[in-house]
Amino acid sequence: MWVYEKKLQYPVRIKNPNPKMAKYIITQYGGPDGELAASLRYLSQRYHMPIPEAKAVLNDIGTEELAHFEMVGAMVYQLMKGACPEEIKMADVGTYFADHDNAVYPSTGTGVPFTAAYIQSKGDPIADLHEDLAAEQKARATYENLIKLADDPDVIDPLRFLREREIVHFQRFGEVLQKVREYMESKKYF
Amino acid sequence: MNHAHADNERRELLDQIRAIEFMTIDLNLYLDTHPNDRRALNEYNYYTRQLQALRKEYEMRYGPLTNFGYSLSQYPWAWINEPWPWEEDHYMEGC
Repeated sequence: MWVYEKKLQYPVRIKNPNPKMAKYIITQYGGPDGELAASLRYLSQRYHMPIPEAKAVLNDIGTEELAHFEMVGAMVYQLMKGACPEEIKMADVGTYFADHDNAVYPSTGTGVPFTAAYIQSKGDPIADLHEDLAAEQKARATYENLIKLADDPDVIDPLRFLREREIVHFQRFGEVLQKVREYMESKKYF
Repeated sequence: MNHAHADNERRELLDQIRAIEFMTIDLNLYLDTHPNDRRALNEYNYYTRQLQALRKEYEMRYGPLTNFGYSLSQYPWAWINEPWPWEEDHYMEGC
């Protein structure tokens, strides 16, 4: 069961619409290293984790990723809101506009729709946790690219927050991997 | 008290809640892999108590932060009241 909290995890208050930036950022909504993929990956993998610490971390990080999914959605929404068709044309976001108007749709910036093919749920905790560690690094790298593309502090601030969370998640997954390894070793030899 | 002022107060309280909740989230993840760290656990409980008090204050003034039986509502049903979290009425007028 999940309960919704009527607030963002970290504030998103973007004063100036910028459809081009929305097009860059949307990949973290519905792209291969985005927040939706992260959440579905961890929440699907948690069923096969062998120890309580691993189940808890996947459950809780998978939940936090949903809050990040909402933050990225809010960023795209606010960046697209109020942009005129002229601005959208100038920003080269017409192809997105034609399909979705100013709406928020889970896809990459080039229009590839979200797919579960971005994730794996292998049933092998060691393999899954390695994927999770890589996923956090890929998301961190994407946020760094987005920060390089952004020039508005209203946009950079939440991107920085999201980048930092990837680093914390990577740390926790590393600890879980170590504990799962120890558990599996202990089963093998005793 | 004008509308903008009230909105600023609401936002300030929300920011406070976010800051304390951030501590509980981060400590929660840490405790998931360090369940025997008594100091971290004490901190988690300390911030959780603060968060509960702040949430209560916010909900009394501005309406429910959670639904599905986690918060009471005044009449009429206050859950539908705007703004929703993704709507921060800051941006410029649309075209």
